[in-house]
Amino acid sequence: MGNIIFYILSGITLCSALFVILSKNPVYSILSLVVTFCCITSHMLLLSADFLAVVNIIVYAGAIMVLFLFVIMMLNLNEAVTQGTKSFISKLAAFISGGLLLIALVFLLKGQQIGAVDVSKLDPNFGSAQELGKILFNQFILPFEITSVLFLSAMIGAVMLGKKNLKDN
Amino acid sequence: MSQYLVLCLILFSLGAFGVLYRRNILVMFMSIELMLNSVNLLMVYFSALHNDQSGQVFVFFIMAVAAAEITIGLAILVMIFRHLGSINIDSLKNLKW
Repeated sequence: MGNIIFYILSGITLCSALFVILSKNPVYSILSLVVTFCCITSHMLLLSADFLAVVNIIVYAGAIMVLFLFVIMMLNLNEAVTQGTKSFISKLAAFISGGLLLIALVFLLKGQQIGAVDVSKLDPNFGSAQELGKILFNQFILPFEITSVLFLSAMIGAVMLGKKNLKDN
Repeated sequence: MSQYLVLCLILFSLGAFGVLYRRNILVMFMSIELMLNSVNLLMVYFSALHNDQSGQVFVFFIMAVAAAEITIGLAILVMIFRHLGSINIDSLKNLKW
């Protein structure tokens, strides 16, 4: 039963990921990227990472995708995007390099013996907000604080970059 | 090799292929997001496999860095569009020899 759900979800994930890359219109790319993220979230739910699944939906499918859509719709990038074709050779080169990367990774990891996850054997609290919070605020408190500095700099940087002309005021 | 590993490898290679295949900076960003997400899923898988929740905490940090990166990247993209009137990456050729 779990296997069937996994295979269906994986099929949807890969198809929508392919559609992200191949669709001409970036708005369609974004929408299928949302589908991909939702599928990855369901994969996380299958692995009993409940809290992370919720955070994934909120951050990726919510915040980041809205940001992408805002940029497309505010700047009216749609017309500018459709122009510009590229040569067949560079497309072929991209295809070959992507395929070679996949083949190399598969051959690298082929011999590894990795067992299957048995979710029923895990702790019932595994992946809950309480458990993750304990680890995050004890063991990883310093990286957590540094992340806030990272966000502050990202916010200031985005505001500075987004200004029309910096010298005016 | 387990199924999740294969899925994440294919997803990661698809993301890398997308970065190389498309010339639109927005879609290249989306492909980078795909790659980051496949790594996230792999982290969650290994954390469940080894029964260790630190892996899930790392996914938080990856998400935070991805969010910051996308914010800055989109701001730079807006500036590129204002200066050049296009978001085709081939139009950025001032440094080309």
